[in-house]
Amino acid sequence: MVYYARWKIILVLCVVVLSALYAAPNLIPQDKLDKWAQGLPSWMPLHKISLGLDLQGGSHLLLGVEVKAVVNEYLDGVADSARSDLRKADIGYSNLATKDGVLSFDVRDEAQAAAARDAVASIDQNLVVTLDGATVSAQLSEKAYKDRATSAVAQSIEIIRRRIDESGTREPLIQQQGIDRVLVQLPGVGNPEHIKRLLGQTAKLGFHLVNETANPRGGSVPAGFRVMPAAPNNLKGPPLYVVSRRPVVSGDTLTDAQPSFDQQSGRPVVNFKFDSIGARRFGDVTRDNIGHQLAIVLDDKVVSAPVIQSAITGGSGVISGSFSVQEANDLALLLRAGALPAPLTVLEERTVGPGLGADSIAAGEIASGIGLAVVVVFMVLSYGRFGVYANIALVANIVMLLAALSLLGATLTLPGIAGIVLTMGMAVDANVLIFERIREEYKGGRGVVGSIDAGFNRAIGTITDSNLTTLIAAALLYGLGSGSVRGFAVTLAIGILTSMFSAIMITRLVIVFWVRSARPKIINL
Amino acid sequence: MRPIRWIPDNTRFNFIGWRHITFAISFLIVVVSFGSLATRGLNFGIDFEGGTLMEVKTSGPADMADMRGKLDSLGLGEVSLQQFGAPDEVMIRIKKQEGDEAAQAAAINAVKQSLGDGIEYRRTEFVGPQVGDQLKHDGILAVTLAVLGIMAYVWFRFEWQYAVAAIVALLHDCVAVLGLFSLTQMEFNLTTVAAVLTVAGYSINDTVVVFDRTRDDLRKYRKKRLDILINDANNQMLARSIMTSMTVILTLLCLLVFGGDVLRGFSVAMTVGVLVGTYSSIFVATALLLYMPPRRTPEGATDKSAEKATAGDA
Repeated sequence: MVYYARWKIILVLCVVVLSALYAAPNLIPQDKLDKWAQGLPSWMPLHKISLGLDLQGGSHLLLGVEVKAVVNEYLDGVADSARSDLRKADIGYSNLATKDGVLSFDVRDEAQAAAARDAVASIDQNLVVTLDGATVSAQLSEKAYKDRATSAVAQSIEIIRRRIDESGTREPLIQQQGIDRVLVQLPGVGNPEHIKRLLGQTAKLGFHLVNETANPRGGSVPAGFRVMPAAPNNLKGPPLYVVSRRPVVSGDTLTDAQPSFDQQSGRPVVNFKFDSIGARRFGDVTRDNIGHQLAIVLDDKVVSAPVIQSAITGGSGVISGSFSVQEANDLALLLRAGALPAPLTVLEERTVGPGLGADSIAAGEIASGIGLAVVVVFMVLSYGRFGVYANIALVANIVMLLAALSLLGATLTLPGIAGIVLTMGMAVDANVLIFERIREEYKGGRGVVGSIDAGFNRAIGTITDSNLTTLIAAALLYGLGSGSVRGFAVTLAIGILTSMFSAIMITRLVIVFWVRSARPKIINL
Repeated sequence: MRPIRWIPDNTRFNFIGWRHITFAISFLIVVVSFGSLATRGLNFGIDFEGGTLMEVKTSGPADMADMRGKLDSLGLGEVSLQQFGAPDEVMIRIKKQEGDEAAQAAAINAVKQSLGDGIEYRRTEFVGPQVGDQLKHDGILAVTLAVLGIMAYVWFRFEWQYAVAAIVALLHDCVAVLGLFSLTQMEFNLTTVAAVLTVAGYSINDTVVVFDRTRDDLRKYRKKRLDILINDANNQMLARSIMTSMTVILTLLCLLVFGGDVLRGFSVAMTVGVLVGTYSSIFVATALLLYMPPRRTPEGATDKSAEKATAGDA
């Protein structure tokens, strides 16, 4: 026992010193740290533990991408092709519709059903087409569906990032979760309503021709047209329009959009610019339809439907409506950032204002400080000199825990702080087991050195057993937990590992130094 | 200064002798817990139930009647307001809205608009039905896997008798915590599940300590009566069980008092779990061994080999 391998001593000291170095930045204010960090290599211990949104304040949004909408839109395109192909092949059909990712129609003459199936199947090889009696149904193959989902989510993330960046939010975290979910974390955003509004619109812009003669309430609409409602800020026009089913110019040909003011009325408007293809199409369409209305449609709602006075060949235009300044700004932002491939829904929101975050940090600091003090006092009262040694190991344990959290770039949450406080109580458990065993051995008649030796050796098995069961729980909590609870699992698991090291290796080292230097004759435990 | 012995040496409590009484108490705890869980159920927070929770701070003392009137007129179904902490802090809970996720988002917006300016939104949490179901599923899965994992580990390290006894004690502790949350109708949320899992992992510690000693003694004293042997092991380990639990309870009490409202449920669950866990390791886990005696070292093995086996554990 008095012998403690030199390499072990060096190892323990190295670990403690390195931990202290890596934990130290957490005590230094960020601005000073930034100053020092300039010109230093990145491996230098300058990382701080990052605070979770529940501590620094901010908004956590879990968004669902409605992949179904993308698929339905694609099937609408297939339906258009099918209509013309079937007409060409002289196949009569009825009830052609897309619903829940399936396109289906009935063939009038059952003898033509197989031909109809083949016609639809030839539109796209990714379609799985089945025939049931005279009913043909087509849907995307599983692989094609997944591909579309993947690209829709990737594209959504890109658009979400652009919209959030344009809104001026700093350091957002945007990442995919699972197959069709996107996690958005917005540090410092205490009221995410504006962001939610920006993300809540697909912002699909299109220019449609208006059929002024058809009656939108008449029930039947001419082929190639459909009824669309007016947008809420379209106060001048009628509530319903009959517009072309497909846009004559689509919004993805826009290159820029800026909020502005109408020169005559002084009202907020949005100016937009087309790319060269869009400009040419827009020029052609306006030239051919002078005197007719052109509907500006955003997300299947008509924002305005001005009458075309002359051909617009400059490649730019204006959207006017009853916008507030904020609405014009937002619309311009949305048009610049581009349309989402599918609607997003907020599945989960957790927002913490800066006030509560600061209160939580303060509460955590007080609870940790008092928790540490109580344990330290209790250990000294219960185990005297040995308690002091356990406390040295406890402090080293906290330093190692903080260092590990900084090094791993872990996020500290409020439950994470609870994990640290709890770890303090659990860390000294190992020392309690060791000290009680030493005491037992000493009372049983062993010498000082023999008792200490036996105490450590015999207790280690028990310590490992009891800590591993807690580690199992922590691992599952990490694997299946979410958000702030994960922060608890991380601090608990790291705390258990560091406490096993500190309670066994560090306490032992300190006791070895004591035994060597003081050569005690008795153990006062 | 002499260290304080909180637990006297050489206690001779007849723990095993009291087992009929303590079994009855444990049985009662479990039956009451299950009864309450079956009839009253758990007061699930929005994490599992879905819905919206808002913690707001008004400028000046909150006018509860006014706020209630405003919110009731929105027609959002059951809206509960609760003052907590300071007089200017109010917790608003809105039940899950009919319809999809968009309907929930609209409800949050409606509340914010109706309460107007001059209100600090300290916390807004909204969990949609999809996520709520998933969290519920994950929580149940985590607890089940934890129990199985711990059982497998104890089985691997000890014999099956110990594993079974330990798991019964562990389930006993978890059921007691759930029962408490059901009886008091304290909110049961994600952090409570974290607490239950940690209780499962931690409450077994005392059990392992006593089991280690029981196993050693079974090797050492091959003729000693099992009930006396177990009782002695419990008495010898009493200081260890209580001191280790004590340190954790002390830190948990600090969390309970100073840790703030968000951690209250967690601290309560953990504290009760650790207390019950200490009790159950003595009165449930080890006492159960009496009814399924572990295999004893075969005749002819010497004490020396038993000692070696112990050292091998280290």
